[in-house]
Amino acid sequence: MRFIFKTDYDQDIRIFKHSGYWYSYSILLLVLAMAPFVLGNYLQSQLVFVFIYATVGISLLILVGFTGQASLGHAAFLAIGAYTSAYCQQHGVPFVVYFPLAGILTGMVGVLVGFPALRLQGIYLVIATISFGAIVEEILARWESVTHGNEGMKLRTLELFGQAVPRDSPGFYFLCLAVLILVILATLNLLRSPTGRAFVAIRDSETAAKSMGIDVAAYKVRSFGISATITGLAGCLYAHKLSFISPEMFTLLLSIEFIIVIIIGGIFSLHGAVLGAIFIVMIDPFLTTLKDDLPGMIGNLVHVFGADVPTASKVQDQAASIASAPGLKGAIYGLIIVGFILFEPTGLYGRWLKIKLYFQTFPMYKAATFKRQKTYVKSERNR
Amino acid sequence: MSFLVAENISLQFGGLKAVDQVNFAVERGEIFTIIGPNGAGKTSIFNLISRFYNPTSGRLFFDGEEFTSAPPHRIAKMGIARTFQNIELFDNTTVLSNLLVGRHCHATTNLVQELLFLPAVRRAEFEHRFRVEQVIELLDLEPYRDKLISGLPYGVRKVIELARALCSEPKLMLLDEPSSGLNVEETDDMSFWIRDIRDELGITVLMVEHDMNLVSRVSDRVLALNYGRELATGTPSEVQSHPEVVAAYLGT
Repeated sequence: MRFIFKTDYDQDIRIFKHSGYWYSYSILLLVLAMAPFVLGNYLQSQLVFVFIYATVGISLLILVGFTGQASLGHAAFLAIGAYTSAYCQQHGVPFVVYFPLAGILTGMVGVLVGFPALRLQGIYLVIATISFGAIVEEILARWESVTHGNEGMKLRTLELFGQAVPRDSPGFYFLCLAVLILVILATLNLLRSPTGRAFVAIRDSETAAKSMGIDVAAYKVRSFGISATITGLAGCLYAHKLSFISPEMFTLLLSIEFIIVIIIGGIFSLHGAVLGAIFIVMIDPFLTTLKDDLPGMIGNLVHVFGADVPTASKVQDQAASIASAPGLKGAIYGLIIVGFILFEPTGLYGRWLKIKLYFQTFPMYKAATFKRQKTYVKSERNR
Repeated sequence: MSFLVAENISLQFGGLKAVDQVNFAVERGEIFTIIGPNGAGKTSIFNLISRFYNPTSGRLFFDGEEFTSAPPHRIAKMGIARTFQNIELFDNTTVLSNLLVGRHCHATTNLVQELLFLPAVRRAEFEHRFRVEQVIELLDLEPYRDKLISGLPYGVRKVIELARALCSEPKLMLLDEPSSGLNVEETDDMSFWIRDIRDELGITVLMVEHDMNLVSRVSDRVLALNYGRELATGTPSEVQSHPEVVAAYLGT
């Protein structure tokens, strides 16, 4: 186990707390830098989706994880970023202009959503953001002069400083990676400065935050703005990656996917957004494979255990019909969320911390280390 | 004019008068205690001063300035810090970052500087940390610096709340039942600290307290309330022997 002898305030402020971080993150960066030249097209493309989902995950973490404001409207923010990019590209605006513009415009919409959200708490805020998502979806479908309605919009190849960056090139991969890294660094900076601490304070006790001089309303709006800005930037990349966008892509289900990202990854740390993004991007092909292979496997298994061939094939057919039932994906997502909230509320990153501590303290590990006692009653009156 | 003045403040919830035409004035450098049976309106007065509630009538002055309609987040900047009866700490963060939130009213950096973590932010962070360390030393909180609040015992949390309020470098400290839930030893420590806060840091203290032993040990003046109305003001012994106060506590 590592004990850090602190002699300087800077040791608590810097992002890389000790040399171990430098080694592990440089190795990770090296692996990621080599990945597009080693991996096939499909896996590289999956990684790009991981980066984009992780960027959105971080924006959600700022709002949901650190400020404690629920949101099921992030698909709408993504859509605003995506459509801004598509519209600007069609009108000949260069990428270096419309990429930040997508962020700023979405951020402004985020601030506008933040104002009514000031008066809402918990489940009411969730409902408000769902309806915001529905409104944006509807506007995208109806405002045909700008969005081309349900026809959708096609995006041309991204051009950066006169250089074409196709959506499956290593260049696009590195662009997404760079955006993710910059967003992570900016968020870490925010979290170690007064604004980030104010966000956390609002999450844990609004009453105390107010009495410590935090303007709760202003900081909530700020949190919405920052979160929406990041999502808008991700939306621009998302649109280019897909090269075609239409309103039915940005539904409630996508917002729920984003929430799954942070719940599964772990809601209290930025690592969670990345782990959750890996999970959500990889689960889709995994489920597809399972759907194709599982019935056959079950059939074989039944046969091995002594059933005759007709019974086995009947079981196999039944399994296949269950596996191809519509809405099964949603049900599995729901099960995963429920499972994580019940059994691993700190997500994959929390599990990783537990495993790490187990080995660090090897024979002395106590399962109760991460148990939290019930908190004392807080006064809800002064909200 | 006195340091903190409440002029005929009233607070009404529908037909219920929680605070009824209360007048009091706290002098600079004083330890002033509000006592009274449950529901007397003590915490309501605190919430009025913290501006969580709007007074139905009356005016509040701090250091010669009226703040009856100031927004609640301005209060800390004016130099008034408070603790809570039921402990309102930020449970899922460390003691250190709780205390740093106490420094929020002294934050000078803006969002852009913070996103880039410019040298100005780092300098400000060093300054905040230095102040926080002074408070940690004063209240003997060194062993808990990097601990999560949710894992700490009640007595320690109580002290951390006091520390967080001190970190904002207030001129006036509102302590809402500083000894509730503490054992005899911890209450003793608390009474020394309240004295130290006044004597060494020169902070005026206004507190609500039930433990009459602690009240008579530390306070200079006491205000007794019952049903939102003022019963008596004076030194602890004067108020304790006041017939109306005795009646309010023991029944007639």
